[in-house]
Amino acid sequence: MSAVIATRGLVKRYGSLRAVDGIDLDVRAGDVYGFLGANGSGKTTTVRMLLGLVLPTSGGIEVLGARMPRAGRRVLPRVGALIEGPAHYGHLSGRENLALLDASGPGGSWRTRQRRIAEVLEQVGLGGVGRRPVKAYSLGMRQRLGLAGALLRRPELLVLDEPTNGLDPQGISEIRELLLELNRTGTTVFLSSHLLAEVEQLCTRVGVLDRGQLVLQEEMARLTAPTGATVVQTPTPDRVRSALDGRVTSVDGERVIVRGDDPAEVNRLLVGAGISVTGLALQRPTLEEVVLAAAGTSTDRVESSR
Amino acid sequence: MIAVELRKLFRRPRTWATIAVLNALPILVAVLLVLTDLAPRPGQGPVFLSAVFVNPALFALAALAIVLPLFLPIAVAVVAGDAVAGEAQAGTLRYLLARPAGRTRLLVAKLVAVLVFVLITVLIVAAVGYLVGTTLITPRPGLGNGGTSVSGTSLTQQELVERALLAIGYVAISMLGVAAFGLFFSTLTDSPLGATMGALAVLVASSLLFTLDAASPIAPYLPTRYWLSFVDFFRDPILWRDITRGMALQGVYVGVLLGAAWANFTTKDITS
Repeated sequence: MSAVIATRGLVKRYGSLRAVDGIDLDVRAGDVYGFLGANGSGKTTTVRMLLGLVLPTSGGIEVLGARMPRAGRRVLPRVGALIEGPAHYGHLSGRENLALLDASGPGGSWRTRQRRIAEVLEQVGLGGVGRRPVKAYSLGMRQRLGLAGALLRRPELLVLDEPTNGLDPQGISEIRELLLELNRTGTTVFLSSHLLAEVEQLCTRVGVLDRGQLVLQEEMARLTAPTGATVVQTPTPDRVRSALDGRVTSVDGERVIVRGDDPAEVNRLLVGAGISVTGLALQRPTLEEVVLAAAGTSTDRVESSR
Repeated sequence: MIAVELRKLFRRPRTWATIAVLNALPILVAVLLVLTDLAPRPGQGPVFLSAVFVNPALFALAALAIVLPLFLPIAVAVVAGDAVAGEAQAGTLRYLLARPAGRTRLLVAKLVAVLVFVLITVLIVAAVGYLVGTTLITPRPGLGNGGTSVSGTSLTQQELVERALLAIGYVAISMLGVAAFGLFFSTLTDSPLGATMGALAVLVASSLLFTLDAASPIAPYLPTRYWLSFVDFFRDPILWRDITRGMALQGVYVGVLLGAAWANFTTKDITS
Protein backbone atom coordinates (compact mmCIF):
# COMPACT_ATOMS: atom_id res chain seq x y z
CA MET A 1 0.00 0.00 0.00
CA SER A 2 1.54 3.28 -1.05
CA ALA A 3 1.01 6.46 0.92
CA VAL A 4 -1.36 8.96 -0.68
CA ILE A 5 -0.92 11.52 2.07
CA ALA A 6 2.09 11.41 4.36
CA THR A 7 3.13 14.17 6.71
CA ARG A 8 6.16 14.22 8.99
CA GLY A 9 6.19 16.36 12.11
CA LEU A 10 3.82 18.86 10.54
CA VAL A 11 3.63 22.06 12.59
CA LYS A 12 1.69 25.26 12.06
CA ARG A 13 2.18 28.00 14.57
CA TYR A 14 0.16 31.21 14.73
CA GLY A 15 2.15 33.37 17.08
CA SER A 16 2.45 31.37 20.28
CA LEU A 17 -0.51 29.14 19.40
CA ARG A 18 0.42 25.78 17.92
CA ALA A 19 -2.64 25.13 15.76
CA VAL A 20 -1.11 21.94 14.37
CA ASP A 21 1.52 20.43 16.58
CA GLY A 22 3.69 17.83 14.92
CA ILE A 23 1.33 15.39 13.23
CA ASP A 24 2.29 12.37 11.13
CA LEU A 25 -0.62 11.54 8.87
CA ASP A 26 -0.57 8.31 6.94
CA VAL A 27 -3.32 7.89 4.38
CA ARG A 28 -2.95 4.92 2.05
CA ALA A 29 -4.25 4.27 -1.44
CA GLY A 30 -7.81 2.97 -1.32
CA ASP A 31 -8.55 4.29 2.16
CA VAL A 32 -11.63 6.14 3.19
CA TYR A 33 -9.84 8.07 5.87
CA GLY A 34 -11.89 9.75 8.56
CA PHE A 35 -10.13 12.79 9.98
CA LEU A 36 -11.89 13.50 13.25
CA GLY A 37 -11.50 16.27 15.72
CA ALA A 38 -13.46 18.80 17.70
CA ASN A 39 -13.97 22.31 16.39
CA GLY A 40 -10.71 24.21 16.63
CA SER A 41 -8.57 21.10 16.94
CA GLY A 42 -6.63 21.98 13.77
CA LYS A 43 -8.50 19.92 11.15
CA THR A 44 -9.09 22.76 8.76
CA THR A 45 -5.57 24.10 9.10
CA THR A 46 -4.23 20.64 8.31
CA VAL A 47 -6.49 20.27 5.27
CA ARG A 48 -5.38 23.68 4.04
CA MET A 49 -1.74 22.72 4.44
CA LEU A 50 -2.30 19.55 2.44
CA LEU A 51 -3.69 21.68 -0.39
CA GLY A 52 -0.94 24.30 -0.27
CA LEU A 53 -3.21 27.10 0.95
CA VAL A 54 -1.52 27.47 4.33
CA LEU A 55 2.24 27.15 4.49
CA PRO A 56 3.55 24.91 7.28
CA THR A 57 5.86 26.35 9.94
CA SER A 58 7.90 23.17 9.84
CA GLY A 59 7.61 19.55 8.82
CA GLY A 60 7.07 17.87 5.47
CA ILE A 61 3.99 17.01 3.42
CA GLU A 62 3.77 14.48 0.62
CA VAL A 63 0.62 14.17 -1.42
CA LEU A 64 0.41 11.51 -4.15
CA GLY A 65 4.12 10.93 -3.74
CA ALA A 66 5.29 14.51 -4.32
CA ARG A 67 6.36 17.26 -1.94
CA MET A 68 3.75 19.88 -1.18
CA PRO A 69 3.41 22.79 -1.57
CA ARG A 70 6.30 22.81 -4.06
CA ALA A 71 4.76 20.26 -6.44
CA GLY A 72 1.28 21.80 -6.21
CA ARG A 73 1.01 22.45 -9.90
CA ARG A 74 1.65 18.79 -10.66
CA VAL A 75 -0.24 17.23 -7.75
CA LEU A 76 -3.32 19.37 -7.19
CA PRO A 77 -4.96 18.74 -10.58
CA ARG A 78 -5.20 15.10 -9.45
CA VAL A 79 -6.85 16.08 -6.16
CA GLY A 80 -10.48 17.09 -5.74
CA ALA A 81 -11.27 19.27 -2.75
CA LEU A 82 -14.16 20.62 -0.79
CA ILE A 83 -12.77 23.08 1.74
CA GLU A 84 -14.93 24.45 4.56
CA GLY A 85 -18.13 24.62 2.59
CA PRO A 86 -18.72 25.38 -1.06
CA ALA A 87 -18.09 28.79 -2.63
CA HIS A 88 -19.29 29.95 -6.02
CA TYR A 89 -19.98 33.04 -8.09
CA GLY A 90 -23.61 33.68 -7.19
CA HIS A 91 -24.61 35.47 -10.37
CA LEU A 92 -23.48 32.62 -12.64
CA SER A 93 -25.10 29.25 -13.23
CA GLY A 94 -23.69 26.07 -11.70
CA ARG A 95 -22.51 24.93 -15.09
CA GLU A 96 -20.71 28.21 -15.73
CA ASN A 97 -19.11 28.06 -12.27
CA LEU A 98 -17.73 24.60 -12.96
CA ALA A 99 -16.46 25.68 -16.36
CA LEU A 100 -14.64 28.68 -14.90
CA LEU A 101 -13.09 26.60 -12.13
CA ASP A 102 -11.97 23.96 -14.60
CA ALA A 103 -10.48 26.58 -16.91
CA SER A 104 -8.48 28.28 -14.17
CA GLY A 105 -5.91 25.53 -13.71
CA PRO A 106 -3.99 22.84 -15.53
CA GLY A 107 -5.20 19.34 -16.24
CA GLY A 108 -8.73 20.03 -17.45
CA SER A 109 -8.98 19.88 -21.23
CA TRP A 110 -11.57 22.25 -22.69
CA ARG A 111 -12.50 19.68 -25.30
CA THR A 112 -13.96 17.34 -22.72
CA ARG A 113 -15.14 20.08 -20.37
CA GLN A 114 -18.84 20.21 -21.24
CA ARG A 115 -19.11 16.42 -21.17
CA ARG A 116 -17.32 16.17 -17.80
CA ILE A 117 -19.51 18.90 -16.33
CA ALA A 118 -22.67 17.13 -17.49
CA GLU A 119 -21.38 13.88 -16.00
CA VAL A 120 -20.54 15.22 -12.55
CA LEU A 121 -23.74 17.22 -12.31
CA GLU A 122 -25.62 14.00 -13.04
CA GLN A 123 -23.49 12.19 -10.45
CA VAL A 124 -24.22 14.59 -7.61
CA GLY A 125 -27.90 14.80 -8.52
CA LEU A 126 -27.97 18.23 -10.17
CA GLY A 127 -28.45 16.96 -13.73
CA GLY A 128 -31.60 18.95 -14.35
CA VAL A 129 -30.63 22.15 -12.60
CA GLY A 130 -30.61 24.24 -15.78
CA ARG A 131 -29.38 27.80 -16.05
CA ARG A 132 -30.52 29.39 -12.84
CA PRO A 133 -27.83 31.33 -10.96
CA VAL A 134 -26.16 29.76 -7.95
CA LYS A 135 -27.53 32.44 -5.64
CA ALA A 136 -30.95 30.82 -6.17
CA TYR A 137 -29.64 27.42 -5.01
CA SER A 138 -30.45 25.92 -1.62
CA LEU A 139 -27.62 25.15 0.80
CA GLY A 140 -27.82 21.46 -0.08
CA MET A 141 -27.63 22.21 -3.79
CA ARG A 142 -24.57 24.37 -3.26
CA GLN A 143 -22.96 21.56 -1.33
CA ARG A 144 -23.68 19.19 -4.21
CA LEU A 145 -22.26 21.69 -6.69
CA GLY A 146 -19.12 21.97 -4.56
CA LEU A 147 -18.77 18.22 -4.64
CA ALA A 148 -19.30 18.27 -8.41
CA GLY A 149 -16.40 20.72 -8.67
CA ALA A 150 -14.21 18.33 -6.68
CA LEU A 151 -15.08 15.42 -8.98
CA LEU A 152 -14.60 17.31 -12.23
CA ARG A 153 -11.26 15.80 -13.18
CA ARG A 154 -11.79 12.26 -11.85
CA PRO A 155 -9.32 12.85 -9.03
CA GLU A 156 -7.24 10.07 -7.47
CA LEU A 157 -7.67 11.71 -4.10
CA LEU A 158 -10.69 13.49 -2.70
CA VAL A 159 -10.11 15.84 0.23
CA LEU A 160 -13.49 16.66 1.70
CA ASP A 161 -14.11 18.95 4.63
CA GLU A 162 -17.58 18.34 6.10
CA PRO A 163 -19.08 17.20 2.78
CA THR A 164 -22.58 16.52 4.10
CA ASN A 165 -23.04 19.92 5.70
CA GLY A 166 -26.45 21.35 4.90
CA LEU A 167 -27.77 18.16 3.30
CA ASP A 168 -31.01 16.52 4.37
CA PRO A 169 -30.93 12.84 5.50
CA GLN A 170 -31.69 11.54 1.98
CA GLY A 171 -28.96 13.77 0.59
CA ILE A 172 -26.49 12.50 3.17
CA SER A 173 -27.13 8.87 2.33
CA GLU A 174 -26.98 9.66 -1.40
CA ILE A 175 -23.59 11.34 -1.02
CA ARG A 176 -22.38 8.47 1.17
CA GLU A 177 -23.31 6.01 -1.58
CA LEU A 178 -21.54 8.17 -4.14
CA LEU A 179 -18.35 8.35 -2.07
CA LEU A 180 -18.37 4.58 -1.48
CA GLU A 181 -18.90 4.00 -5.20
CA LEU A 182 -15.98 6.30 -6.06
CA ASN A 183 -13.85 4.54 -3.48
CA ARG A 184 -14.67 1.15 -5.02
CA THR A 185 -13.41 2.43 -8.37
CA GLY A 186 -10.09 3.44 -6.83
CA THR A 187 -10.47 6.93 -5.40
CA THR A 188 -8.86 7.53 -2.04
CA VAL A 189 -11.09 9.66 0.18
CA PHE A 190 -9.84 11.90 2.96
CA LEU A 191 -12.87 12.98 4.92
CA SER A 192 -12.54 15.61 7.60
CA SER A 193 -15.51 15.74 9.91
CA HIS A 194 -16.71 16.15 13.45
CA LEU A 195 -19.73 13.92 12.80
CA LEU A 196 -18.80 10.59 14.35
CA ALA A 197 -21.76 8.75 12.84
CA GLU A 198 -20.78 9.84 9.36
CA VAL A 199 -17.22 8.65 9.80
CA GLU A 200 -18.30 5.40 11.44
CA GLN A 201 -20.50 4.49 8.50
CA LEU A 202 -18.06 5.44 5.80
CA CYS A 203 -14.45 5.18 6.83
CA THR A 204 -11.93 2.35 6.84
CA ARG A 205 -9.29 4.29 8.76
CA VAL A 206 -9.54 6.99 11.36
CA GLY A 207 -7.25 9.71 12.63
CA VAL A 208 -8.25 11.73 15.66
CA LEU A 209 -6.91 15.21 16.16
CA ASP A 210 -6.95 16.85 19.58
CA ARG A 211 -5.48 20.29 20.18
CA GLY A 212 -3.29 20.01 17.14
CA GLN A 213 -1.98 16.55 17.97
CA LEU A 214 -2.84 13.29 16.30
CA VAL A 215 -3.85 11.23 19.33
CA LEU A 216 -5.07 8.22 17.39
CA GLN A 217 -4.57 6.77 13.91
CA GLU A 218 -5.87 3.29 13.33
CA GLU A 219 -7.90 0.93 11.14
CA MET A 220 -11.58 1.33 11.88
CA ALA A 221 -12.04 -2.44 12.12
CA ARG A 222 -9.41 -2.62 14.84
CA LEU A 223 -10.79 0.28 16.84
CA THR A 224 -14.24 -1.22 17.02
CA ALA A 225 -13.01 -4.80 17.34
CA PRO A 226 -14.80 -6.97 19.95
CA THR A 227 -13.39 -6.42 23.42
CA GLY A 228 -13.74 -10.06 24.46
CA ALA A 229 -16.83 -9.43 26.53
CA THR A 230 -20.51 -10.08 25.96
CA VAL A 231 -23.34 -7.66 26.64
CA VAL A 232 -26.45 -9.20 28.18
CA GLN A 233 -29.79 -7.42 28.43
CA THR A 234 -31.95 -8.86 31.17
CA PRO A 235 -34.71 -7.68 33.50
CA THR A 236 -32.99 -9.50 36.39
CA PRO A 237 -29.33 -8.46 36.49
CA ASP A 238 -28.83 -9.73 40.06
CA ARG A 239 -29.67 -13.29 39.08
CA VAL A 240 -27.13 -13.06 36.21
CA ARG A 241 -24.47 -12.04 38.67
CA SER A 242 -25.14 -15.06 40.89
CA ALA A 243 -25.51 -17.52 38.00
CA LEU A 244 -22.28 -16.54 36.24
CA ASP A 245 -20.28 -16.28 39.40
CA GLY A 246 -17.36 -13.85 39.06
CA ARG A 247 -17.56 -13.31 35.28
CA VAL A 248 -19.74 -10.19 35.48
CA THR A 249 -17.53 -7.12 35.18
CA SER A 250 -20.16 -4.41 35.37
CA VAL A 251 -23.89 -3.86 35.69
CA ASP A 252 -25.65 -0.80 34.34
CA GLY A 253 -29.40 -0.98 34.84
CA GLU A 254 -30.55 -3.94 32.77
CA ARG A 255 -27.27 -4.10 30.90
CA VAL A 256 -24.72 -6.58 32.19
CA ILE A 257 -21.19 -7.02 30.84
CA VAL A 258 -19.95 -10.57 31.01
CA ARG A 259 -16.38 -11.74 30.34
CA GLY A 260 -16.12 -14.20 27.44
CA ASP A 261 -16.37 -13.68 23.69
CA ASP A 262 -18.93 -16.38 22.92
CA PRO A 263 -22.50 -15.08 23.34
CA ALA A 264 -23.89 -18.53 22.57
CA GLU A 265 -22.11 -20.04 25.54
CA VAL A 266 -23.26 -17.22 27.85
CA ASN A 267 -26.79 -17.68 26.57
CA ARG A 268 -26.72 -21.43 27.26
CA LEU A 269 -25.63 -20.85 30.85
CA LEU A 270 -28.28 -18.20 31.48
CA VAL A 271 -31.13 -20.14 29.90
CA GLY A 272 -30.01 -23.20 31.86
CA ALA A 273 -30.34 -21.18 35.05
CA GLY A 274 -33.83 -20.08 34.01
CA ILE A 275 -32.92 -16.40 33.57
CA SER A 276 -34.82 -14.48 30.89
CA VAL A 277 -32.57 -12.73 28.38
CA THR A 278 -33.91 -9.89 26.22
CA GLY A 279 -30.72 -9.09 24.34
CA LEU A 280 -27.32 -10.59 23.74
CA ALA A 281 -24.34 -9.30 21.76
CA LEU A 282 -20.58 -9.19 21.56
CA GLN A 283 -19.30 -6.03 23.16
CA ARG A 284 -17.78 -3.62 20.65
CA PRO A 285 -16.68 -0.12 21.55
CA THR A 286 -18.46 2.57 19.53
CA LEU A 287 -16.35 5.06 17.69
CA GLU A 288 -17.67 7.69 20.04
CA GLU A 289 -16.27 5.86 23.05
CA VAL A 290 -12.93 5.41 21.34
CA VAL A 291 -12.69 9.05 20.34
CA LEU A 292 -13.79 10.39 23.70
CA ALA A 293 -11.24 8.18 25.41
CA ALA A 294 -8.47 9.41 23.11
CA ALA A 295 -9.34 13.10 22.98
CA GLY A 296 -9.85 15.45 25.88
CA THR A 297 -12.58 18.00 26.42
CA SER A 298 -14.08 20.09 23.68
CA THR A 299 -11.76 22.87 22.52
CA ASP A 300 -14.71 25.23 22.33
CA ARG A 301 -14.68 25.30 26.10
CA VAL A 302 -12.71 28.13 27.56
CA GLU A 303 -12.07 27.33 31.20
CA SER A 304 -11.33 30.11 33.62
CA SER A 305 -7.69 30.02 34.58
CA ARG A 306 -8.35 30.64 38.25
CA MET B 1 -6.38 32.16 -16.95
CA ILE B 2 -6.55 35.72 -18.25
CA ALA B 3 -9.55 34.77 -20.38
CA VAL B 4 -11.21 33.32 -17.29
CA GLU B 5 -10.66 36.51 -15.32
CA LEU B 6 -11.99 38.66 -18.15
CA ARG B 7 -15.04 36.45 -18.41
CA LYS B 8 -15.64 36.79 -14.68
CA LEU B 9 -15.20 40.55 -14.74
CA PHE B 10 -17.33 41.33 -17.76
CA ARG B 11 -20.10 38.85 -16.98
CA ARG B 12 -20.67 40.69 -13.73
CA PRO B 13 -23.60 43.07 -13.83
CA ARG B 14 -21.73 45.36 -11.44
CA THR B 15 -18.94 46.00 -13.93
CA TRP B 16 -21.40 47.35 -16.48
CA ALA B 17 -23.30 49.29 -13.85
CA THR B 18 -20.05 51.02 -12.90
CA ILE B 19 -19.36 51.95 -16.50
CA ALA B 20 -22.92 53.20 -16.92
CA VAL B 21 -22.67 55.39 -13.84
CA LEU B 22 -19.35 56.68 -15.08
CA ASN B 23 -21.01 57.85 -18.29
CA ALA B 24 -23.94 59.46 -16.52
CA LEU B 25 -22.01 62.49 -15.30
CA PRO B 26 -20.66 63.65 -18.69
CA ILE B 27 -24.10 63.11 -20.24
CA LEU B 28 -25.64 65.24 -17.50
CA VAL B 29 -23.04 67.94 -18.13
CA ALA B 30 -23.78 67.87 -21.87
CA VAL B 31 -27.52 68.14 -21.31
CA LEU B 32 -27.03 71.07 -18.95
CA LEU B 33 -24.73 72.78 -21.42
CA VAL B 34 -27.27 72.47 -24.19
CA LEU B 35 -30.21 73.53 -22.05
CA THR B 36 -28.55 76.55 -20.50
CA ASP B 37 -26.19 77.42 -23.32
CA LEU B 38 -23.67 78.45 -20.68
CA ALA B 39 -20.27 77.13 -21.63
CA PRO B 40 -17.48 77.97 -19.21
CA ARG B 41 -15.06 80.59 -20.40
CA PRO B 42 -11.76 79.31 -21.78
CA GLY B 43 -9.52 78.47 -18.85
CA GLN B 44 -12.37 77.84 -16.48
CA GLY B 45 -14.18 74.63 -15.52
CA PRO B 46 -13.11 71.20 -16.72
CA VAL B 47 -10.60 71.24 -19.55
CA PHE B 48 -12.01 71.28 -23.10
CA LEU B 49 -15.48 72.12 -21.93
CA SER B 50 -15.13 75.64 -23.24
CA ALA B 51 -14.10 74.31 -26.63
CA VAL B 52 -17.01 71.98 -27.26
CA PHE B 53 -19.10 74.70 -28.86
CA VAL B 54 -16.34 75.15 -31.39
CA ASN B 55 -15.91 71.47 -32.10
CA PRO B 56 -18.53 69.20 -30.46
CA ALA B 57 -16.33 66.16 -31.04
CA LEU B 58 -14.05 67.52 -28.34
CA PHE B 59 -16.71 66.57 -25.83
CA ALA B 60 -15.11 63.13 -25.90
CA LEU B 61 -12.08 64.66 -24.21
CA ALA B 62 -14.17 66.90 -22.00
CA ALA B 63 -15.96 63.79 -20.78
CA LEU B 64 -12.62 62.20 -19.85
CA ALA B 65 -11.57 65.36 -18.05
CA ILE B 66 -14.85 65.35 -16.13
CA VAL B 67 -14.53 61.77 -14.85
CA LEU B 68 -10.76 61.75 -14.42
CA PRO B 69 -10.35 63.49 -11.05
CA LEU B 70 -12.79 61.34 -9.08
CA PHE B 71 -15.21 59.06 -10.89
CA LEU B 72 -12.74 57.10 -12.94
CA PRO B 73 -10.29 56.45 -10.05
CA ILE B 74 -13.20 55.32 -7.87
CA ALA B 75 -14.33 52.86 -10.51
CA VAL B 76 -10.78 51.55 -10.97
CA ALA B 77 -10.25 51.31 -7.20
CA VAL B 78 -13.49 49.36 -6.82
CA VAL B 79 -12.54 46.84 -9.48
CA ALA B 80 -8.90 46.52 -8.40
CA GLY B 81 -9.74 46.36 -4.70
CA ASP B 82 -12.24 43.62 -5.40
CA ALA B 83 -9.78 41.60 -7.49
CA VAL B 84 -8.30 39.34 -4.81
CA ALA B 85 -10.18 40.40 -1.68
CA GLY B 86 -13.52 39.84 -3.39
CA GLU B 87 -12.58 36.25 -4.17
CA ALA B 88 -11.36 35.83 -0.61
CA GLN B 89 -14.60 37.15 0.81
CA ALA B 90 -16.72 34.94 -1.45
CA GLY B 91 -14.53 31.95 -0.51
CA THR B 92 -13.73 31.23 -4.14
CA LEU B 93 -10.09 32.17 -3.65
CA ARG B 94 -9.32 28.93 -1.80
CA TYR B 95 -10.91 26.88 -4.59
CA LEU B 96 -9.01 28.79 -7.26
CA LEU B 97 -5.69 28.25 -5.49
CA ALA B 98 -6.42 24.60 -4.73
CA ARG B 99 -7.40 24.08 -8.35
CA PRO B 100 -4.40 25.12 -8.59
CA ALA B 101 -4.48 28.47 -10.37
CA GLY B 102 -0.97 29.39 -9.18
CA ARG B 103 -0.65 32.49 -7.07
CA THR B 104 1.59 34.46 -9.42
CA ARG B 105 -0.53 33.52 -12.42
CA LEU B 106 -3.70 34.54 -10.62
CA LEU B 107 -2.21 37.89 -9.65
CA VAL B 108 -1.03 38.57 -13.20
CA ALA B 109 -4.41 37.57 -14.62
CA LYS B 110 -6.17 39.86 -12.15
CA LEU B 111 -3.87 42.72 -13.09
CA VAL B 112 -4.47 42.23 -16.80
CA ALA B 113 -8.23 42.07 -16.21
CA VAL B 114 -8.10 45.36 -14.31
CA LEU B 115 -6.03 46.93 -17.10
CA VAL B 116 -8.51 45.79 -19.71
CA PHE B 117 -11.29 47.20 -17.58
CA VAL B 118 -9.48 50.55 -17.40
CA LEU B 119 -8.91 50.65 -21.14
CA ILE B 120 -12.46 49.65 -22.03
CA THR B 121 -13.91 52.10 -19.53
CA VAL B 122 -11.82 54.99 -20.86
CA LEU B 123 -12.72 54.10 -24.44
CA ILE B 124 -16.41 53.87 -23.63
CA VAL B 125 -16.38 57.21 -21.81
CA ALA B 126 -14.62 58.81 -24.77
CA ALA B 127 -16.94 57.15 -27.29
CA VAL B 128 -20.09 58.07 -25.39
CA GLY B 129 -18.71 61.59 -24.94
CA TYR B 130 -18.13 61.82 -28.69
CA LEU B 131 -21.63 60.60 -29.51
CA VAL B 132 -23.29 62.83 -26.96
CA GLY B 133 -21.22 65.81 -28.06
CA THR B 134 -21.90 65.42 -31.75
CA THR B 135 -25.61 64.68 -31.38
CA LEU B 136 -26.57 67.16 -28.67
CA ILE B 137 -24.28 70.10 -29.21
CA THR B 138 -24.47 72.24 -32.32
CA PRO B 139 -21.30 74.22 -33.08
CA ARG B 140 -21.65 77.96 -33.04
CA PRO B 141 -20.53 79.44 -36.30
CA GLY B 142 -19.54 82.74 -34.73
CA LEU B 143 -16.61 81.19 -32.92
CA GLY B 144 -14.87 80.05 -36.07
CA ASN B 145 -13.28 76.66 -36.35
CA GLY B 146 -9.90 77.64 -35.05
CA GLY B 147 -8.59 77.42 -31.52
CA THR B 148 -8.94 73.68 -31.12
CA SER B 149 -5.49 73.33 -29.63
CA VAL B 150 -5.00 74.61 -26.12
CA SER B 151 -2.26 76.86 -27.46
CA GLY B 152 -4.77 78.58 -29.71
CA THR B 153 -3.65 77.25 -33.07
CA SER B 154 -5.76 75.09 -35.30
CA LEU B 155 -5.29 71.34 -35.51
CA THR B 156 -6.34 69.38 -38.53
CA GLN B 157 -9.01 66.74 -38.05
CA GLN B 158 -6.41 64.00 -38.42
CA GLU B 159 -4.06 65.55 -35.86
CA LEU B 160 -6.96 65.88 -33.51
CA VAL B 161 -7.91 62.21 -33.81
CA GLU B 162 -4.30 61.06 -33.32
CA ARG B 163 -3.83 63.22 -30.28
CA ALA B 164 -7.16 62.18 -28.84
CA LEU B 165 -6.10 58.55 -29.08
CA LEU B 166 -2.79 59.37 -27.40
CA ALA B 167 -4.64 61.21 -24.66
CA ILE B 168 -6.97 58.24 -24.11
CA GLY B 169 -3.92 56.00 -23.79
CA TYR B 170 -2.32 58.39 -21.32
CA VAL B 171 -5.44 58.53 -19.16
CA ALA B 172 -5.49 54.74 -19.10
CA ILE B 173 -1.83 54.69 -17.99
CA SER B 174 -2.60 57.26 -15.29
CA MET B 175 -5.11 54.84 -13.86
CA LEU B 176 -2.48 52.08 -13.58
CA GLY B 177 -1.18 53.55 -10.34
CA VAL B 178 -4.66 53.40 -8.80
CA ALA B 179 -5.06 49.86 -10.07
CA ALA B 180 -1.73 48.88 -8.51
CA PHE B 181 -2.65 50.41 -5.16
CA GLY B 182 -6.02 48.67 -5.24
CA LEU B 183 -4.50 45.32 -6.15
CA PHE B 184 -1.82 45.61 -3.49
CA PHE B 185 -4.34 46.42 -0.75
CA SER B 186 -6.52 43.67 -2.12
CA THR B 187 -3.86 41.10 -1.28
CA LEU B 188 -3.54 42.47 2.26
CA THR B 189 -7.14 42.12 3.36
CA ASP B 190 -10.12 39.84 2.86
CA SER B 191 -12.46 42.81 2.64
CA PRO B 192 -12.86 44.27 -0.87
CA LEU B 193 -14.35 47.42 0.61
CA GLY B 194 -11.27 47.91 2.77
CA ALA B 195 -8.96 47.52 -0.21
CA THR B 196 -10.96 50.00 -2.29
CA MET B 197 -11.05 52.49 0.55
CA GLY B 198 -7.30 52.11 1.03
CA ALA B 199 -6.63 52.94 -2.61
CA LEU B 200 -9.01 55.89 -2.49
CA ALA B 201 -7.42 57.17 0.72
CA VAL B 202 -4.07 57.24 -1.05
CA LEU B 203 -5.58 59.24 -3.91
CA VAL B 204 -7.36 61.69 -1.65
CA ALA B 205 -4.17 62.18 0.35
CA SER B 206 -2.20 62.68 -2.85
CA SER B 207 -4.68 65.23 -4.24
CA LEU B 208 -4.72 67.06 -0.95
CA LEU B 209 -0.94 67.20 -0.61
CA PHE B 210 -0.68 68.40 -4.19
CA THR B 211 -2.53 71.61 -3.27
CA LEU B 212 -0.35 72.23 -0.22
CA ASP B 213 2.70 74.43 -0.69
CA ALA B 214 4.52 72.82 2.21
CA ALA B 215 4.31 69.50 0.39
CA SER B 216 5.95 70.84 -2.75
CA PRO B 217 9.20 68.88 -2.23
CA ILE B 218 7.29 65.62 -2.58
CA ALA B 219 4.78 66.90 -5.12
CA PRO B 220 6.57 65.43 -8.17
CA TYR B 221 6.23 61.96 -6.65
CA LEU B 222 2.53 62.09 -5.83
CA PRO B 223 0.59 59.52 -7.88
CA THR B 224 -1.98 62.05 -9.03
CA ARG B 225 0.60 64.72 -9.91
CA TYR B 226 0.58 64.31 -13.70
CA TRP B 227 -2.93 63.04 -14.26
CA LEU B 228 -4.20 66.10 -16.05
CA SER B 229 -1.11 66.29 -18.25
CA PHE B 230 -3.08 64.63 -21.02
CA VAL B 231 -4.07 68.18 -21.90
CA ASP B 232 -0.48 68.66 -23.05
CA PHE B 233 -1.18 66.47 -26.07
CA PHE B 234 -3.29 69.34 -27.36
CA ARG B 235 -0.61 71.97 -27.12
CA ASP B 236 1.12 72.92 -30.30
CA PRO B 237 3.66 71.35 -30.41
CA ILE B 238 2.93 68.57 -27.92
CA LEU B 239 4.51 69.31 -24.56
CA TRP B 240 6.10 65.98 -23.74
CA ARG B 241 7.88 66.83 -20.49
CA ASP B 242 5.06 66.19 -18.00
CA ILE B 243 3.64 63.38 -20.08
CA THR B 244 6.83 61.35 -19.99
CA ARG B 245 7.33 62.11 -16.32
CA GLY B 246 3.77 61.03 -15.62
CA MET B 247 4.27 57.75 -17.44
CA ALA B 248 7.58 57.08 -15.69
CA LEU B 249 6.02 57.85 -12.30
CA GLN B 250 3.11 55.49 -12.93
CA GLY B 251 5.61 52.89 -14.06
CA VAL B 252 7.53 53.14 -10.79
CA TYR B 253 4.37 52.94 -8.68
CA VAL B 254 3.10 49.96 -10.64
CA GLY B 255 6.45 48.18 -10.41
CA VAL B 256 6.92 48.70 -6.68
CA LEU B 257 3.34 47.97 -5.68
CA LEU B 258 3.03 44.90 -7.83
CA GLY B 259 6.28 43.61 -6.41
CA ALA B 260 4.91 44.13 -2.91
CA ALA B 261 1.58 42.55 -3.85
CA TRP B 262 3.37 39.54 -5.33
CA ALA B 263 5.68 39.13 -2.33
CA ASN B 264 2.74 39.30 0.03
CA PHE B 265 0.34 37.14 -1.91
CA THR B 266 2.71 34.29 -2.73
CA THR B 267 3.76 33.83 0.90
CA LYS B 268 0.38 34.37 2.48
CA ASP B 269 -1.70 31.80 4.36
CA ILE B 270 -5.09 31.61 2.71
CA THR B 271 -7.48 31.34 5.63
CA SER B 272 -10.55 32.88 4.03
